Amino acid sequence: MNGVRLRAIIVKELWAILRDPRSRIALLVPPIIQLLIFGFASTLEVKNITLGVLNRDSGYWSQEVIQRVQGSPNVTGIVVLRSEAEARTAIDRQHVIAVLRFDSSFSADVTSGKGGEIGTVFDGRRSNAAQIVSGYIDRIAAEISAGVIGRYISAPSGSSVVMNWFNQNLDYLWFTMPALIAIVGAVTTLSVVTQSVARERELGTFDQLMVSPLRVHEILIGKMVPPVLIGALVATIYIILIPLIFGVPLSGTVGLLYLALIFYLLALTGIGMLVSVLSGTQQQAFLGMFLVTIPAILLSGYASPIDNMPGWLQIIAWLNPVSYFLRVCEGVFLKAMPAQEVLANCWPLALIAVATLGTASVLFRSRME
Amino acid sequence: MSVQIRHGLDVRRFFALLLKETRQILRDPSTALIAFVLPLVLLFLFGYGVNLDTARTRIGLAVEDSSEAAASLAYDFSSSLWFDVRETGSVSGLGDSLVAGDIRGIVVIPDGFGREVAVGGGRIQIITDGSLPNTASFFAAYAEGTRAAWATRRAILQGRLSPGSETVPALSVVHRFWFNPELSSRFFLVPGSIAVVMTMIGTLLTALVVAREWERGTLEGLMATPVGMGEFIATKVVPYFALGLCSMTLCALIAVFVFGVPFRGSPLALLAISSAFLVPALGQGLLISAATKNQFVASQIALLTAFLPTLLLSGFLFEISSMPRPVQIATYIVPARYLIAPLQTVFLAGDDWGLYLPNIAILLGFGALFFTTAMIVTRRRIA
Repeated sequence: MNGVRLRAIIVKELWAILRDPRSRIALLVPPIIQLLIFGFASTLEVKNITLGVLNRDSGYWSQEVIQRVQGSPNVTGIVVLRSEAEARTAIDRQHVIAVLRFDSSFSADVTSGKGGEIGTVFDGRRSNAAQIVSGYIDRIAAEISAGVIGRYISAPSGSSVVMNWFNQNLDYLWFTMPALIAIVGAVTTLSVVTQSVARERELGTFDQLMVSPLRVHEILIGKMVPPVLIGALVATIYIILIPLIFGVPLSGTVGLLYLALIFYLLALTGIGMLVSVLSGTQQQAFLGMFLVTIPAILLSGYASPIDNMPGWLQIIAWLNPVSYFLRVCEGVFLKAMPAQEVLANCWPLALIAVATLGTASVLFRSRME
Repeated sequence: MSVQIRHGLDVRRFFALLLKETRQILRDPSTALIAFVLPLVLLFLFGYGVNLDTARTRIGLAVEDSSEAAASLAYDFSSSLWFDVRETGSVSGLGDSLVAGDIRGIVVIPDGFGREVAVGGGRIQIITDGSLPNTASFFAAYAEGTRAAWATRRAILQGRLSPGSETVPALSVVHRFWFNPELSSRFFLVPGSIAVVMTMIGTLLTALVVAREWERGTLEGLMATPVGMGEFIATKVVPYFALGLCSMTLCALIAVFVFGVPFRGSPLALLAISSAFLVPALGQGLLISAATKNQFVASQIALLTAFLPTLLLSGFLFEISSMPRPVQIATYIVPARYLIAPLQTVFLAGDDWGLYLPNIAILLGFGALFFTTAMIVTRRRIA
């Protein structure tokens, strides 16, 4: 390996990406906008709910329930409906997410001890939100049952004390934000590295590289430096902004996070290099990047827990660098993850990096000949 | 004379160009990749991989009490369908497993539990992994449910409670979920992914392809011929429009026949909604390519302004009404926002033209805006 040649190729690769002011902007502005959008948009809580009420009961208890529901911080509006047909339209047109129905005998049933029944109908098209709202309504009904009327039969007793470790209030943002380091890091790094070889091939400068005195491994190292640097820069911006803007605690050791980050970026670079070597044009490289990035993100445990996936998909999840680094990010931010656990997630990343970079350099060599 | 040729629409020339564009698309293997392979991958991921319906939770059990009651409750947890007791031991040991992520929660049956139960109490501790908020709240609710069921059954067995009398609350709620009674998350994820696929073909692919022509200079070459601007844009757009519809059809067929998503609306409605959405999607793609003239920049801009908003701000994954006010306002300029509700309706609820038509009108309005801007920018870029 020759130091002068290596420096020359690294400088050339950095220039290739950073010379164009628009690509500098396209690399750094999107991650910051994504941080803000994800931070504010990706909530699984349901707020500002509008509910419909179809009340055929003229008694006290239906009014009590409606008032309680209206007083809930998550409910912003109640639409009074007069008929089944109106209720149907309100749901069909998505003006309300649910309709509460009270029969004419509702209050009488409550006072007589028979038990009043609230009929609710939800918009199952938004099944996730519907389920969460139904939980809110259940809780309100249980509160009125237990607190106001106190008719629960008290024989079975005992209770549970729930403690949420690492995130006392189960703030969803605390989960999303550290995960974003892994996800946006993957998107940025892969979009840079997949273009690297494909662009040279499309522009025809690949041949010039071939006749230059550079050795194959020198070219590859040169091409690995910019994506790793840019990935590390984006990750650093995130590591600084997340505790500062969103108040997510950084309870672990930052050094350990960076250790895992290096292995992660190398693994991503290896995968991206494979895609790039296999593509003939920038367009193919971009599509290949997409084909790799989307499954990598969706199967990382971010979109839904890996535990919920069928077994054969879990195997793919274990080959996915994003799953390992996601665990380290969550761990170092929220759980003060000890070194031993971080290392346990680093070696699979190192294996992925070695395997993919090795294959990419073999393919690269064979394409050069 | 030459001016007349430029502006007149020559049918033969138009079809020649259309044929050229279509062949160009069909001959590039990456087109097949984005139009057919990528949708398949996405659908399978949303169908199988992204599962919001929780499976059994791995937990640890710390039994600190040696009474019969503690053992009996511990047995209930071990045999529960909701939990998979992976480890038992002390809280501190299990805590390490919780940090490592080997288990998702700990149930502690504390010392003295048996004595408390004997005098009519019995408190357990539930420790969740707050770094996974959804799993944590699910675990807490089901663990308490398991305990409460155990306490009730025990009371009945000991004759302190007559069977059937244990739950007569004054108020009860009967839930019915229209359109998706089992609340399968697949039912809304799979139709929603059609929106993502059409955004990719409409905006991403178009932006890339046209940006490549700008980059290579073949576009200036084309502009030097008598082809008019309208003709040029039409020949670029029509093949991708057709490709988008083919891909949408493929997705819909897989959604219905592979994933068993119901299709209660009419194919005509689906076609109308999808066509209406492709107009702004293609317009946006053209606009991005004309404004950037560079494949890499175009791809990044398309990702940021089309793909991510469709995924995050359209109401597909996250409820728009729950977002903060400024973000909610921003969602009004995301075309996919007007696609998601009609799409979910045509699959799950059945035709409702009163819902479709306003959305279609808005989509076409966005389309007109994007196409006009794209034409202005293209004209300026060439001049």
